[in-house]
Amino acid sequence: MSAATFEEMSASDFFYRNRDIAGLSNPSRSIFVAIREAVENSLDAAESEKIPPDIYVRLSFEAEATQDTQVYKLRVEDNGCGIQPRFIPSAFGQVLYGSKYKLKQARGTFGLGGKMAVLYGQITTHQPVSVTSSTGQEKIYSFKLMIDIQRNKPIILDRKVLINKDNWHGTIIEFTLEGDYLRAMPKIIEYFKQTAMVNPYANLTFVDPKGRLYKFTRATTAMPDPPKETMPHPYGVDVELLQRLILITECTTMTGFLRQHFHRVGEVTATKFLDFAKIQANKNPKKLTHEEIVRLMQNLKKYKDFLPPDASCLSPLGEELLKAGVMKELNPEYLVVHQRKPSTYEGHPFIVEMAMAYGGNVPKRDNFVIYRFANKIPLLYDEASDVAYRVISNMNWKRYKVSPEMPIAIVVHICSTKVPYKTVGKEFISDRPEVRREEANALREVARQIQHFLARKEHVHNEKKRLSIFSKYLPKIAEFSTTLAGETRKPDIEKLLKSVQKYGTEEE
Amino acid sequence: MEQRKNKVAERRLDVLKALKSFGANIYKQLDEGNFPTVTMPSRSTENINYDPVTRQYILGEKAVGRSTRNIRHIKPFTQLAFVALFSNELTTQRKTSTLRDVYYSSQAYEMTFQDQQESNNLITDLETLTGFAREDFSIFPEERSAIFGDLDIGYTVPGYEGKSVNLTSHPDGVLIGPAVTSSEFQRTSAKIVIAIEKGALFTRFIEERVHSKHDALLISCGGQAPRQTRSFIRRLHDELGLPVFILTDGDPWGMHIAQVIISGSANAAHLRELNTPDAIWSGVWASDIVDYKLPTDPLDEVDLKRLTELQKDPRYQTDPVWQREIKVFQKIKRKTELEAFSRYGLTYIVDEYLPAKLDQKPKEPPKKTGKKTQE
Repeated sequence: MSAATFEEMSASDFFYRNRDIAGLSNPSRSIFVAIREAVENSLDAAESEKIPPDIYVRLSFEAEATQDTQVYKLRVEDNGCGIQPRFIPSAFGQVLYGSKYKLKQARGTFGLGGKMAVLYGQITTHQPVSVTSSTGQEKIYSFKLMIDIQRNKPIILDRKVLINKDNWHGTIIEFTLEGDYLRAMPKIIEYFKQTAMVNPYANLTFVDPKGRLYKFTRATTAMPDPPKETMPHPYGVDVELLQRLILITECTTMTGFLRQHFHRVGEVTATKFLDFAKIQANKNPKKLTHEEIVRLMQNLKKYKDFLPPDASCLSPLGEELLKAGVMKELNPEYLVVHQRKPSTYEGHPFIVEMAMAYGGNVPKRDNFVIYRFANKIPLLYDEASDVAYRVISNMNWKRYKVSPEMPIAIVVHICSTKVPYKTVGKEFISDRPEVRREEANALREVARQIQHFLARKEHVHNEKKRLSIFSKYLPKIAEFSTTLAGETRKPDIEKLLKSVQKYGTEEE
Repeated sequence: MEQRKNKVAERRLDVLKALKSFGANIYKQLDEGNFPTVTMPSRSTENINYDPVTRQYILGEKAVGRSTRNIRHIKPFTQLAFVALFSNELTTQRKTSTLRDVYYSSQAYEMTFQDQQESNNLITDLETLTGFAREDFSIFPEERSAIFGDLDIGYTVPGYEGKSVNLTSHPDGVLIGPAVTSSEFQRTSAKIVIAIEKGALFTRFIEERVHSKHDALLISCGGQAPRQTRSFIRRLHDELGLPVFILTDGDPWGMHIAQVIISGSANAAHLRELNTPDAIWSGVWASDIVDYKLPTDPLDEVDLKRLTELQKDPRYQTDPVWQREIKVFQKIKRKTELEAFSRYGLTYIVDEYLPAKLDQKPKEPPKKTGKKTQE
């Protein structure tokens, strides 16, 4: 029997071996994910400073790799906040290192995607990534990096400092990777289109390997407020988090501790809760026993009267911007948008925004066209697994006199500090009752408005038809009767035609 | 017979007057700034009654309106005005046309009739509205009936005025079309009219010289007699004072072909003088099947159902012969055709059967009356 050997595996090594979970499963999917992750990082970087994003993406052909794959160079430029030079190597060369481990809404969640793309580029082409960035100060820093996969550490191959004469701020990354652009192309173009829809204040430019230019121009410079960092909500904590908070707290009473470290807990709520949990209000949190901490956690989840989390940590698009985005990309005949009030699941706040567009450039299919977004990123895969798909399928559309054959697009946007994705690949939202309820309510609201629109449209259509029938036949009757009666002058029927409009639909 | 010529011309003027007044009525309403409306007797089943005085179906008091204010009425209203105009032109120019023509010529005015039936219905509307038959408006259905016999007619149709013809001039018989129906009767040696359901027997009768043997005018109905043929038979009866005998197949359908010539149809309840109440159904009766031992076929379900319907029909209450024959049909459950007499030789029907039937006593005036039923 041979002895088993154990060795530690670094985070980057782990993801190297399990890159499927980040969506880098095949050559066409990988190239899509690489572009997506880079663009999302750029959007986050611009939005955090409320800068209307200008993002330029270029994918260029480098060489043939295998029968089905090619080597491409990907370059992504943004005008975001930039990265301070001391963070650059780790931000791009160390997996699970990032600026997003805070409780606020952001596109990425794990600090994983961008680096995974770089990692993927490195393992398929063995080329370094080059990163150029400035925060708008007097210098621009340029790095050439590789990842030491086994140790999860960046290797700096080159570092340059340039003078920033124009106060440029932003980040440019460039790396090579293997992939299959031709097969990925439809998804990539769709990705840009939908990203433009949900980021109407962004300029997106994409130059593909054949030199084709795709340009999505912003329709507005208005931007949603960037999300604020927030404290954890009592419903969302676990024992580990409680212990960490107890470790760092400077409070000496339980009341103070709760008020200081939890979202929307004030004097009154804290007192009432401690009474409910049978914990002394003046107890020093550092003296809680292990059992007491577990009980505290359980009671935090049980107590019904905590205020729901406010949405300041969220940055929904808002009805106006959602409208602008959908208008810009679909130019529908009629559009309704609706934003739900913030809600929570397991202590995580979330907001559902919904839009329903009729006609215009809405693609006509046998079923509704569904656009799904989470924290302003388009979800393009596994539509049928998404909770939104089920909510839409289960809706009693007959009640709203809406049928799937109509040219209707439904836009679902969920934003949250923790989007309830079902997989690391971030492609669909899991079916949680709270989310399902919010989406269903939002859908009912927009459906009601679409119903009114359709009724009005039908009414106008009928009125037009009525009028056209009268204007078609009355002159003929006038002509025939004039001849029959042997008259020479035709009777004046203008007054009659005008009066028809007044009759409304009484004879319908 | 100068009188008749005046009558034909007069009727034409009456038709034109009626059409003009229809147009003037619409014109006046339009000119006064109102949506034109017309009212006419309803042709729905509950408004069709059997009238014992005229011995035909007539329309009751119930009226229906057509208003151009109503979105569902305006198209048929326009079509009605078109049909009136179309008829006006035909009658003025003394031309004739068919129902099919109306259907097609409407398309030039972008108000296509959905089908022939729709345009036919509108012509019936115009008939109801004016009280004139479509033949008066010079609109004729397809022809399939013919006449043969010693009758001189004088044409009134354009181009033939003053010309006359003898209706024995063509051995196939003469088509009963607009030229014949609008003609004047000048001279005849005939003493009776024999209307025959089938063209084949009509030809046999001509070959066997039934017209001279019995001094008869022979008419081929071609199945259910067209309205103009029915109206022509009525004229032969009224103007020449000739008794009318009808020969049909020995089945419920043949019986009813005779009945429609005698009592008219519910569909034509809005019109007068299409029927000949004094005409006589001579055969083939159900009792003839028994008496002459004719070859037969069994009556099927549909035949029997039809018999039950006819039994209740008010037109069948007027002469006891109807009820009697219906009962015989129901009893023997057999039917036969005119051709069945051929089993006794080709001339049997002419030499034996016909004289026997013509000798039957003329019908007594009706005693019982009943109420409406559909044709």
